[in-house]
Amino acid sequence: MSKNKSKNSVVEWIDYRLPIFTFLNHELNEYPTPKNLNYFWNFGSLAGITLVVMIITGIVLSMNYTAHVDYAFDSVERIMRDVNHGWLLRYIHMNGASFFFIVVYIHIFRGLYYGSYKAPREILWILGVLILLLMMATAFMGYVLPWGQMSFWGATVITNLFSAVPLVGESIVTWLWGGFSVDNPTLNRFFSLHYLLPFLIVGLVILHLVALHRFGSNNPIGIDAKGKQDTIPFHPYYTIKDLFGLSVFATIFAAAVFFFPNFMGHPDNYIPANAMQTPAHIVPEWYFLPFYAILRAIPDKLGGVLFMFGAIAVLFILPWLDKSPIRSSQFRPIYKLFFWILVFDCILLGYLGAKPAEGIYVLLSRVATGYYFFHFIILLPLLPNIEKTRPLPISISEPILSSSSFSTAAAVREKK
Amino acid sequence: MAKKENKNRRDFLVISTYAFGAVGAGSFVWPLIDQMNPAADTLALASTEVDLEPLEEGQAITVKWRGKPVFIRHRTKEEIMSAKKENLDNLKDPQKDEDRVLNEKYIVLVGVCTHLGCVPLGQKTGDVKGEYGGWFCPCHGSHYDHSGRIRKGPAPVNLEVPNYKFLSDKLIRIG
Ligand code: HEM
Ligand code: FES
Repeated sequence: MSKNKSKNSVVEWIDYRLPIFTFLNHELNEYPTPKNLNYFWNFGSLAGITLVVMIITGIVLSMNYTAHVDYAFDSVERIMRDVNHGWLLRYIHMNGASFFFIVVYIHIFRGLYYGSYKAPREILWILGVLILLLMMATAFMGYVLPWGQMSFWGATVITNLFSAVPLVGESIVTWLWGGFSVDNPTLNRFFSLHYLLPFLIVGLVILHLVALHRFGSNNPIGIDAKGKQDTIPFHPYYTIKDLFGLSVFATIFAAAVFFFPNFMGHPDNYIPANAMQTPAHIVPEWYFLPFYAILRAIPDKLGGVLFMFGAIAVLFILPWLDKSPIRSSQFRPIYKLFFWILVFDCILLGYLGAKPAEGIYVLLSRVATGYYFFHFIILLPLLPNIEKTRPLPISISEPILSSSSFSTAAAVREKK
Repeated sequence: MAKKENKNRRDFLVISTYAFGAVGAGSFVWPLIDQMNPAADTLALASTEVDLEPLEEGQAITVKWRGKPVFIRHRTKEEIMSAKKENLDNLKDPQKDEDRVLNEKYIVLVGVCTHLGCVPLGQKTGDVKGEYGGWFCPCHGSHYDHSGRIRKGPAPVNLEVPNYKFLSDKLIRIG
């Protein structure tokens, strides 16, 4: 680990005793990063920033929120109408959850496309899937807090999933509820956990970064950096690129917060929870729709639950399902095609999750669910046997240097 | 020899230390887990009495019990007939209609879909009642018959019949 080069004597005094500056310099300044990263590599930092935004807005919302069935809905309305800037804070938090998932889903599909889950980044990938699971739990419990109709019925349906567990299912559900239906004890514990889980996510994110920095970032052509000529220091090259990405992201985010704050929400959640009446059409938040479609595609209760959790479970073992040693799709023509089919399949599942479970939608959900599992469990292990991959470049620098427009410039540089 | 004895003693000490540690940790964790189960006041929820006098044939009411809706329906002759006639082989969760009622005129059910807990439609006159004329859960499409038995859709079992008894001809107590 190279020393922090600061001339400041106070910094040096501290760094000698607590090498925090050396650490930061190493990980965020000189950290060697492949020089060919494209904009898909912005989404990791965007996810981290969004997490921080969620925690900050969440903490201030908690100062005005009341976790009690008789007051929760009104306290959120009070935040919207009376608390100074309350509407802004809530809309940032509410839309932030959606944007968090947009960013993380892109981040995950980036990993799928460029084979970032392959050796030696398996643990990095698994930590990512764990973060996704915790995010889902956090968002689910957060959505219950405003205690609207969707909050209540979403909580009812999702907690009831556990009743599918043989023998002890009912006891588990009663335990989750702290009663015989979703009620005040449920709301209280959800608030407590909704406050806690994001901090556990922070812990996992730190581990995720430790694992990342062990071997450094993957890159669009998926071959390892072979030396200094293949990398550039993180600062200023990627700090500035991440900042640029952030400004674009923040613009879109702000547009949603200020102009379409309820676009991704459901109007029924502005109706106070009513335990006696289920809304005609209950749908989860958009980011759960593909999983919801899988749940409903299976005609058996336990089966549906198993397949839904299975859809995430396959991601954990993905590094061992995909037997191809080639990381990037750029050199895997058939995988690339199937990757895009998978993207389409997931979007289709999302669409179907929002539709009523009847007629053609049920059939389509089954086909799309089948395809999802086919992709991971059958296609990926078998594909390397039939796929003719394209030749890999010798190094990250090679395709850049050998492309005609750059070759002369490169040759000139080489001579110097 | 002495060495071996010593080793056995050591194993015993190590194992019993682990065992005590595990019991200690377990007895601390259990209260942390069990506090999430229903508290005494939640368990002590009162029962609900319902007067069936105003309920005309073909009408239904929904009452709240333990935070959940309970469906009470005064069934018509045809509904009773069709519920009793049903061949048990056609049922996913076979149960005779007689075993689901105390007085065949009144069917009393917990109005919570056994799939994932939505409240089925069918209590109001205008409601969709599903293909078997009883109740229909719009969440994932479960159809129940006049006896509240599951006929079609993802729900695994029939609508639950709560514990209730007739205090008089027209008065029941649920719970
Ligand atoms: C992973 C990060 C987080 C996610 C994905 C998330 C998600 C959500 C969602 C979806 C809602 C419902 C918004 C609505 O429809 O009104 C919500 C509400 C809430 N969250 Fe979070 N949250 C996160 C972090 C936090 C943290 C760290 C806190 C507290 C320190 C917090 C406190 C609250 C409060 C008090 C509410 C209720 C007020 C409201 O509904 O706007 N959240 N959260
Ligand atoms: S909750 Fe009734 S069908 Fe799913």
